[in-house]
Amino acid sequence: MTRLLVALLLVASGATAAESGPRLLPAPSESWFAREASLQRGARNFVNYCLNCHSAQYMRYSRLTDLGLTEAQIKDNLMFATDKTGDTMTVAMTPTEAKAFLGAVPPDLTAEARVRGKDWLYSYLLAFYRDDQTGTGWNNLVFPNVGMPHVLWNLQGSQKLVETEFEDRDKAEAAAIAAKGLALMEPAAGGKFVVKTVAADIPGSLSGPQYETFVADLVNYLDYMSEPVRHERINIGIVVLIFIGVLFGLVYSLKRDYWNEVH
Amino acid sequence: MQRFLTWIDERFPMTKLWEEQWGKYVAPKNFNFWYYFGSLAAFVLVLQIVTGIFLAMTYKPDATKAFESIEYMMRDVSGGWFIRYMHSTGASAFFIVVYLHMFRGMMYGSYRKPRELLWIIGCVIYFALMAEAFFGYLLPWGQMSYWGAQVIVNLFSTVPWIGPDLGTWIRGDYTISDVTLDRFFALHVAAVPLILLLLVAVHLMALHEVGSNNPDGIEIKKQPKDPKTGIYLDGIYSHPYYTIKDLVGVVFFLGVFFIVVFFMPDVGGYFLESNNFIPADPLKTPEHIAPVWYFTPYYAILRAVPSKMLPYIQPTQFYGVLAMAASVLVFCFLPWLDKGPVKSIRYRGGLYKAWLAVFVFCFLLLGYLGTVPVTVWGQFGHWAEGLLDTMDRATWVARLLTIVYFLFFVLMPWYTARDKTKPVPERVR
Repeated sequence: MTRLLVALLLVASGATAAESGPRLLPAPSESWFAREASLQRGARNFVNYCLNCHSAQYMRYSRLTDLGLTEAQIKDNLMFATDKTGDTMTVAMTPTEAKAFLGAVPPDLTAEARVRGKDWLYSYLLAFYRDDQTGTGWNNLVFPNVGMPHVLWNLQGSQKLVETEFEDRDKAEAAAIAAKGLALMEPAAGGKFVVKTVAADIPGSLSGPQYETFVADLVNYLDYMSEPVRHERINIGIVVLIFIGVLFGLVYSLKRDYWNEVH
Repeated sequence: MQRFLTWIDERFPMTKLWEEQWGKYVAPKNFNFWYYFGSLAAFVLVLQIVTGIFLAMTYKPDATKAFESIEYMMRDVSGGWFIRYMHSTGASAFFIVVYLHMFRGMMYGSYRKPRELLWIIGCVIYFALMAEAFFGYLLPWGQMSYWGAQVIVNLFSTVPWIGPDLGTWIRGDYTISDVTLDRFFALHVAAVPLILLLLVAVHLMALHEVGSNNPDGIEIKKQPKDPKTGIYLDGIYSHPYYTIKDLVGVVFFLGVFFIVVFFMPDVGGYFLESNNFIPADPLKTPEHIAPVWYFTPYYAILRAVPSKMLPYIQPTQFYGVLAMAASVLVFCFLPWLDKGPVKSIRYRGGLYKAWLAVFVFCFLLLGYLGTVPVTVWGQFGHWAEGLLDTMDRATWVARLLTIVYFLFFVLMPWYTARDKTKPVPERVR
C-alpha cells in the first residue's frame, strides 16, 4: 500500500524535466528578513519599467500595503496612471492600439510568474543580446525572436551572442553545463552541435551584479503579485496543521478506546 | 426528546432509516486501511459541493468575465483563495480517493456476486465524476481549460457520419465559446451533482442491502449469529465503531489535504496547470495540451492507437476514441470476467497477483505518458532504419502498455480460473 502511494507520488513528481530548452539560471531567493525590502524595490522597478506596456489588471495598488507600504507611500511613489489606490494596474493603451504600436499585445503580467516560473523570468531578463536580423535589433536566448525589445538596455548595457561549435552531443552538453549559466544547445549542420551563450559587450548604467539584483527584485515582485496571498496562506497553514495534528491525536485515542473491546 | 422522535417516526421512518442504513448496520470487523476510501469519497463529495456553492457566489459564467472573476476571487474576496484551493485540490483528491477505493474493490473481489450491481453503480458514479471534472475544468477559462475542452469535444467529432454535428451539438457553437461555457456551468453546478448525489445514495443503499465485503472475502451473513450479541460472529455495528474509525480517516485525510491546500496548491502543475493562468485564447494553440493527471492514463491510450488501422478506410482517430471508451467501460464487466473460486487477494495464487501488479504498473506508466509529449523518450534512430526509425519510443511503449492493460481484462476468465488458490477460512483473521 505505502509502496503504491510512493509510486503515485513519484509518477506525479518526476515528469517536468523532459522539455528541452535553454539551461536557466536559478532566480536568487531572498532571506526572510530581506524579503520585504526586495519586494518594495521590485514594485518600484515594475511600475517604472514594465507597467504601461504591460498591465497587471487584476492587481490593486492598495494591495501593495502587503509589502509594508502605506497608502500615502503607494500614492506618492508608485502610481503614475491613476490616483485611486483601489484601482487595478491597468494600462491606458487599448489592445487594438497596442497591436498597432507594438505588433502584438504585451501580455498581462498579473499571474505571469505562475505561468513561466521565477527562474524563467529571471533568466529571460538577463538573456537579451544584440541581433541585427530582428525588427527590434534585439533577440533573446530564453525566448528566441521575442517581440519585446530589451527595454532595460540602458541599465544592463548590451550583450552579444557567443556560439561555440562542438563535434558531438556529449561534448556540447558538457560545455553547456560548464557554462554555469544561460546556455542553449542546438543541433547544427553536419551532425554537429552548437552551444549559444551571451557575453557582456557595451556596459550600461548598472554593473553586472547590480543589474542582477535589479532583475531579482523585479522577479520577486512578479512572483508575489502572481499570488499575493501566498505568504499569509503558508502562515495560516502551519496553524491549521497543528490543529489537525491535535485533533488527530484526540480522535485516534477515542477510536482506540472504542475498539479495545472488539476482538 | 423521545416523545419528539416518536412523533416524527409515526409520520416519517427516520429512526428506521438511520438504523437500516447505518445505526444498526452490521459490517465485518476486519476492515483495514483500504476501507477508509469509501467514506472519504463521500466526505470529498460534500466538501466539493459546499466549496462549490461558495465559488458559485463569485464566479461569472461569461467568456469575457470568467477568468477575471476567478482572479478577483483569489485576490479580493476574503477567504476566496481558500475556498478555491479547497475545490481545486478536492477535485484531484476525489480521483485519488476513488481510484484507491476501486483498487480496494479489485484486490478483495468486492465486485463479485452478490455485489455486481453495487460495483456497476460505483462505475457509473466514476463516469459521472469524470463528466463533472471535465465540465468543471472549462470554467476557469484559462488556456488549458479551453484547449482541453476543445480536444475532448473533438473526440466526439470523430464518430463516423454524425461526428461533426455531434460536436456542434455539444458545444452549441462551431467552436468552444461563451455558449459552451454557459452550458458546461449549468451541467457542472446543477445536473451532474444531482446525478452524483442520487447515485451515491443508491450505491450506499445497495451496499447496506447486500452487506460489505472484507479483506478476507468471507460472507459474514453466512455465519451463525452470536447468541450473546445477536449479530453475525464476525460482524460489528457500524455505529459507533466505524463512525469513529472513519472519523480518524477523515482527520488524517484533512491533514494531507491541507498540506496541499496551504503549501503546494499547484502540486508542480499537476493539480493546477501553469498554462491555465493565461486567459483562454481561441487563436493561440498551446504547444503541449495535456489533460489533468486523473485522465492521463486514458489519454495515453487514445494517443497510442494508430489512426490508420484498416485498408481502404480513411485514417481516423475514432479507433483511439473507441479504445479509450473501452478502457473505461471495461471495469463494468469485472464481476463476470473474474472466474476465481475465491474473492480476496489473500487467498489467490501468484498468477492473479502478478496480473494485478502488472495492471497497476500499466495504469501508472500510461498516466505518466499521458502528461508528457510523445517525443519524451526520443525516436528509435538508426538501428531501426526504414521500419521504426522515425517513430517515437514513447508511443510504442504506450501501445505495449495499452495491449497489456486490455489483456488484464480479456485474459481474466482464464488466469483467475487456472490460478492456484488457498482455502478460505471460516472466520476472518
